[in-house]
Amino acid sequence: MALMLVKFDLKKRVKLAQTVWFMYWFAVMAGVLVFSMGLFFKIELRKRSELMDNNESHLLPNLLIFMGLIACGINAFGGKVCYDSLDPTKFAKWKPMLKIFLGFCVGFNVLLLLTALMCFVMRIPLQFTLAEGLRNGMRYYKDTDTPGRCYMKRTLDLMQMEFRCCGNDNYRDWFEIQWVSNRYLDFSAKEVKDRIGSNVDGQYLMDGVPFSCCNPSSPRPCIQFQMTNNSAHYSYDHYTEELNVWKRGCSDALLSYYGGMMNTIGALVVTNWLFWKIYILLTSPAPSLSTLANPEDPESESEGWILEKTVKETFTDIMDKMKAMGKGSKVEEGGEVAVATVS
Amino acid sequence: MLLKMKFTQQRRVRLAQGLWLLSWMAVLWGAFIFCLGVYLKIELLRRAEVMDNTEIHVVPNILMMVGLASIGTNWVASRVCQDSLDATRFPRWKVLLLAWFAVAALLSCLLLAVVVLSYALQGSLEESLKVGLRNGIRFYKDTDVPGRCFQKETIDRLQMEFRCCGNSNFKDWFEVQWVSNRYLDFTSKDVKDRIRSNVDGRYLLDGVPFSCCNPASPRPCLQYQLTDNSAHYNYEYQAEELNLYSRGCRQALIDYYMGLMNSTGPGVLSVIFVQISVLVSLRYLQTAVEGAMALEDPEGDSEGYLLEKGVKETFEDVKANVLNMLKLGQVDPTEGSPEDAEKAASPSPAS
Repeated sequence: MALMLVKFDLKKRVKLAQTVWFMYWFAVMAGVLVFSMGLFFKIELRKRSELMDNNESHLLPNLLIFMGLIACGINAFGGKVCYDSLDPTKFAKWKPMLKIFLGFCVGFNVLLLLTALMCFVMRIPLQFTLAEGLRNGMRYYKDTDTPGRCYMKRTLDLMQMEFRCCGNDNYRDWFEIQWVSNRYLDFSAKEVKDRIGSNVDGQYLMDGVPFSCCNPSSPRPCIQFQMTNNSAHYSYDHYTEELNVWKRGCSDALLSYYGGMMNTIGALVVTNWLFWKIYILLTSPAPSLSTLANPEDPESESEGWILEKTVKETFTDIMDKMKAMGKGSKVEEGGEVAVATVS
Repeated sequence: MLLKMKFTQQRRVRLAQGLWLLSWMAVLWGAFIFCLGVYLKIELLRRAEVMDNTEIHVVPNILMMVGLASIGTNWVASRVCQDSLDATRFPRWKVLLLAWFAVAALLSCLLLAVVVLSYALQGSLEESLKVGLRNGIRFYKDTDVPGRCFQKETIDRLQMEFRCCGNSNFKDWFEVQWVSNRYLDFTSKDVKDRIRSNVDGRYLLDGVPFSCCNPASPRPCLQYQLTDNSAHYNYEYQAEELNLYSRGCRQALIDYYMGLMNSTGPGVLSVIFVQISVLVSLRYLQTAVEGAMALEDPEGDSEGYLLEKGVKETFEDVKANVLNMLKLGQVDPTEGSPEDAEKAASPSPAS
């Protein structure tokens, strides 16, 4: 007994073919959208590649680009099949490929769901990548005359200004590293000697932040140095000061930015996946043309179904086929052994 | 007749079809011009706080007005094209078309005026920005004065976005007190000395706000004691290139707005070209169709032209018509009732 058996006359078949054809081309557009989003995401990651620890985060955009291209191909092919489905002579050449195509569609559907899940899951490794990358970036901030790192200061400054953030977790991260190059430090000055002497690693640490941490919304001119010293500034309290510098860390700001982007892409891919479920359900009654009551008359009634047998029977059939394939391979191995003993 | 052309029925149909397409294209161009005006207006309003006057707003205002008018006139042109080959429906447009030509010609002139004005008003824009920025810098410190509390943020964001500093250059900040008295310790000797050394009793310093700092500089930003070489290690005030933005905000904003207007120029000129094409084509269509109707053979050959007479003769005719209208407007003193004439003739009694 076939699953979800439906009777189809010519009019119904034409309607179905037209609907599925339209949906396939709509899916081609969706594929282009997925591809474009993957490309956009890749470009955005590349823009901040200096602040990323490794290239693992490029797996998702690469997958999106790949899935987008495959979606375009599959759907264009499906559209062509639908276009030819009402002409028995043209449809005959596609008939042997349809089962493979539907299997491919199901496989793609599963992959699409995995891609959508990855969009939501990849946030976790991205968090570690950003944290590590930003930590290194801040460490190299001062190395403006070291080849390969000379633009790190500029990159970090522009990022802090654009994302309205400061440091990795917060502005205090700048207190723990030397962010002023030795080239601009007067080692004959007592203050510099004292600061370096008071530190185990011989670093010049201070309770100050780069100018890019300053918040333009603050009513007072920006206080960048001696930030923890209340007596160094008039009418200033380090603990209650809210607006002087950005409170938010850049790791969190970038994660929100990329996370938001990934969530949006994920939601769109899930929507795409739901559409795919409908396509597969609608494309499944394709056998309706091969089950014509009178094969000589293409306008006669026919039956369409989703599965030729029930779900249980279909599953049993698949299992039997797989077992048979397994046995077949075993027999071949045994045969080879027998031949070897004879010789 | 000026630029006379022969039109067969087929040519008239072709012209009507081509003009219909062209007029719809002109409708889209009109929408583009309107959007351009809106965009320019928004960009000018965004920086209204650093502008002294709004003279430059005439450019986006005209663009918006012309854009909307262009949509309307070209839509009418498309309707005329549809009706032009129907002998029963075309005559009703005859009276309206004269007004239409006047409006279309006016729109083309206005668009040309926009192109001219966008260059002519550069001086006005520069002066407006000069005064506006000077005031903006002067009110930078007034973060607790109602109406000026966001001036600091506006100037800071402007300097960061346009990568500029001060009005003409960063030295402009040395001439104003940009730190509010609220954050100055008047018991401190340094503050007292600075205020005393100044005629107006202002706290001036050779420093700039953080937003003047250039991220491209290899060294951490120096904001204070900028003219004192001994205050900083390995620093020379005259030779330092990258520490701060060297360009003034007035120049940066002028470059930005003039760049915007210059890029709209070619767009506006192409719209003028399309508008004139519609105007000329519609005139040919009108005269050709009217000619065919006059011959009482809607499918026969006819002549189309731009002007019925030469340019000089047409000008003389228009001049004569205008003078005639003016004469009609004046009241002839000799004309009037006989009673009035008698009253005028009899002398009034001496009082």
